[in-house]
Amino acid sequence: MKKRTYTDHSIASSDITPEHIFLNRRGLIKASAGTIAGALATPSTALSEASAQSALSFRADSDRSLVDEQTPYEAVTTYNNFYEFGTDKSDPARHAHAMTTHPWTVKVGGLVDQPGSLHLEDVLSGFDLEERIYRFRCVEAWSMVVPWVGFPLAELLRRFEPKSEGKFVEFKTLYRRGEMRGTRSFTSIIDWPYREGLRMDEAMHPLTLVAVGLYGKTLPNQNGAPLRLVVPWKYGFKSIKSIVEINVTAEQPQTSWQMLQPSEYGFYANVNPEVDHPRWSQRFERKLPSSIFKPNRVPTLPFNGYEEQVAGLYHGMDLRKFY
Amino acid sequence: MIFVVTAICLLPLAQLSFQLASGDLGPDPAKRLMQGTGEWGLRGLAIVLLAAPLAQRGWRGLFRYRRILGLSLYLYVSLHLLLFAQVYVGWSGALLAEELKERPYIFVGFSAWLAMLPLALTSTDRARRWLGRRWKQLHRLIYPATVLAWLHLFWLARSDVGEALVYGAVFAALLSWRVRRARLRPR
Repeated sequence: MKKRTYTDHSIASSDITPEHIFLNRRGLIKASAGTIAGALATPSTALSEASAQSALSFRADSDRSLVDEQTPYEAVTTYNNFYEFGTDKSDPARHAHAMTTHPWTVKVGGLVDQPGSLHLEDVLSGFDLEERIYRFRCVEAWSMVVPWVGFPLAELLRRFEPKSEGKFVEFKTLYRRGEMRGTRSFTSIIDWPYREGLRMDEAMHPLTLVAVGLYGKTLPNQNGAPLRLVVPWKYGFKSIKSIVEINVTAEQPQTSWQMLQPSEYGFYANVNPEVDHPRWSQRFERKLPSSIFKPNRVPTLPFNGYEEQVAGLYHGMDLRKFY
Repeated sequence: MIFVVTAICLLPLAQLSFQLASGDLGPDPAKRLMQGTGEWGLRGLAIVLLAAPLAQRGWRGLFRYRRILGLSLYLYVSLHLLLFAQVYVGWSGALLAEELKERPYIFVGFSAWLAMLPLALTSTDRARRWLGRRWKQLHRLIYPATVLAWLHLFWLARSDVGEALVYGAVFAALLSWRVRRARLRPR
């Protein structure tokens, strides 16, 4: 595979926070914060995680990448929703290191002609990796811009030859109680494992990515190592992390948030400023990093800014009904 | 002594400010500050409501400082509201009105703040003398405010109701103590 470095003229390398600065800053804070009784501990394990990531080789895909300022690595890897490790944003960075990601196998089955398994090694060597800089919009009204490294989901699915009856694709996250403290919380009302799904045409769309890395390196556990989905025009919860199972199905699969609260989370979950979450508005988002004096509140775009590429998938559908 | 109590009441605020200044609240400090101020508002309610039952059992430590405890919790709740205005609605009256109309948890949270406003305003000795017996009646508003504040928390929970249940149990115990006392002591 040809190795090319990523050279997007729009993003200065100075925009990216170098890791050593991040490390230093944290060290200083930790040194001085010792005396305060800590109801709120600092997410410091993220550090060792981050430096443990190995470099990936990939090519830039500027066509589908975004010309936008990227969210610093620190923010992307310390502010996560990964409820298997706790519901606080800093819980995944603190606790996801407990997850074993080697060896890792993804079972692919359901309505496919060639059911089978995919080992992580096959994934890393068998697909051409490319960098895609995507907007990432959480249903909680915050957003980031992330340089992912991955390959189109369509390429993976084609290898297993989906049957024509296959209309949907179902995904499941690893569920390992011993390593995932959030799944042991008995006040949690999520039915594990975490599940997500896409319609076949959404799954085959060129924007739909299987990510194995970010910022040029393998994914940290808290971001869904070793491989996750990224569907940039949908709310973040659709972009399921740490995938162990993929099934092609005829019926629309059940998805975790929809099972939990169907009035608040739909199957489609396309980013849509016109359709509010019942408990908060979706018209604006806080583009992280945000501060209290400069909240960085920006209007949310239809389909998270990917309207031109994906609106056609939903022709004739009432997006208020199919939210 | 009052200075020591006041200082203790302001400790969480000092911690949050320190964390904010040192950049330790992460990429979305507003969210952490909302959580922090909201939690200290709820904890403050529990502490204030604990004062009377403890006094009845002979320990008047909290009871003596109810005013500063109440004012402090109101400070946290007010900061919570200010942050909401600044970060989530950007000081837009129209947006605030919409949020209040469409989102029950915001409505009950705002109502709780509103219910406690007259309590904060009548916390001076002068107001107390002026209101006489009605002062005590007025300050019973803390009970509905507590229920509203708890509802606010409960409606916010997305997938884990653990925290809401813990606060719920504490408030239920503290409020039911008052119901029992009221029954035992006819007015």
